[in-house]
Amino acid sequence: MARSKRELTEINAGSMADIAFLLLVFFLVTTTMDSSWGLSRKLPPPLLENQEPPPPIKDRNVFVVLANSNDQLLVEGQLMEIAELREAAKEFISNPQRKENLPEFKDVEVDLLGNMKVSKQVISLQNDNGTSYNLYIQVQNELEAAYNELRDQLAMEKFGTKYTIIEEMAKNEDPNVSEPAKAKVKAVRKVYPQRISEAEPKETGS
Amino acid sequence: MSKFKKDGKKNTPAVSTASLPDIVFMLLFFFMVTTVMREVDLKIKLSQPEATEIEKLEDRSLVDYVYIGEPTNTALYGTLPKIQLDDAFATVADIQDYVIEKRADRPEAVHGAIIVSLKVDEETKMGIVTEVKQELRDVQALKISYSTREKVNKKKF
Repeated sequence: MARSKRELTEINAGSMADIAFLLLVFFLVTTTMDSSWGLSRKLPPPLLENQEPPPPIKDRNVFVVLANSNDQLLVEGQLMEIAELREAAKEFISNPQRKENLPEFKDVEVDLLGNMKVSKQVISLQNDNGTSYNLYIQVQNELEAAYNELRDQLAMEKFGTKYTIIEEMAKNEDPNVSEPAKAKVKAVRKVYPQRISEAEPKETGS
Repeated sequence: MSKFKKDGKKNTPAVSTASLPDIVFMLLFFFMVTTVMREVDLKIKLSQPEATEIEKLEDRSLVDYVYIGEPTNTALYGTLPKIQLDDAFATVADIQDYVIEKRADRPEAVHGAIIVSLKVDEETKMGIVTEVKQELRDVQALKISYSTREKVNKKKF
């Protein structure tokens, strides 16, 4: 009865770990936790040769942010720290006390929200060639944050949800069905449109 | 009483390594899922600035990258910031060709959705970035994204 005595031979799985380690090391080396996150912006279309200059905007409607080569900020003629920029921009955009020196409003019919007062604000950003990219991004970030906080506030008031959350919902929505989230995003954006204008770089001067 | 008799000769059994492959495979799958193949070999120093109000670029196949920063090999290329497109250094004048070439690789229907991601080192001066942006405007590549790292927002906690 030699047959019954023979042990069942198992495949040796000891080298499995080695193979797996080899693959693991390969992926460890090639991996980059590469971020695909960023601040999205839209550039203005190029200027045409014989284009009429845009109509002038009233001073009170423009929020001027200047950044110099020493990474200092001049906001509406005042030296400012980056930490104060967000509040200043928020006050400018919403003009809660309807001050004379802050932007005007016009009545606009907005879907879902009805008749709203929309500010005629424009933010003008101008930087020097020597401004550091870091400061530039911080400024862009603070301005975007100002818009987002105001939009959050409005969405909270009108829809009971934060704007950023509605925006996230709108992204995953089926485009074929009726889309309340997308309409909400559109409405909020219409009340607080993001108008950040960057000055044309100057040819002369260094 | 012999039940509890100690057998001095008995060796301690070896720790079973049979589950080791399972553990390693688990790690392996994690890295396989999270991995993104490196797009290019970076020839510049790239430390991106931090920001809070950021969005994720959803479709990687519609993104082109422009890298700007101080070359890693300063002995050979100097310390002035340089532009890197794909695997080679380039000048500002090459950007338009690069964008047009990349655009031609894709079907015409998605041309409007192409995003140029600017991966710029935080210590770079704005001069070169502005020049690049002007070039992108001239070639009608208007959708851009300033690549940043995520800053932990203290207010949220």
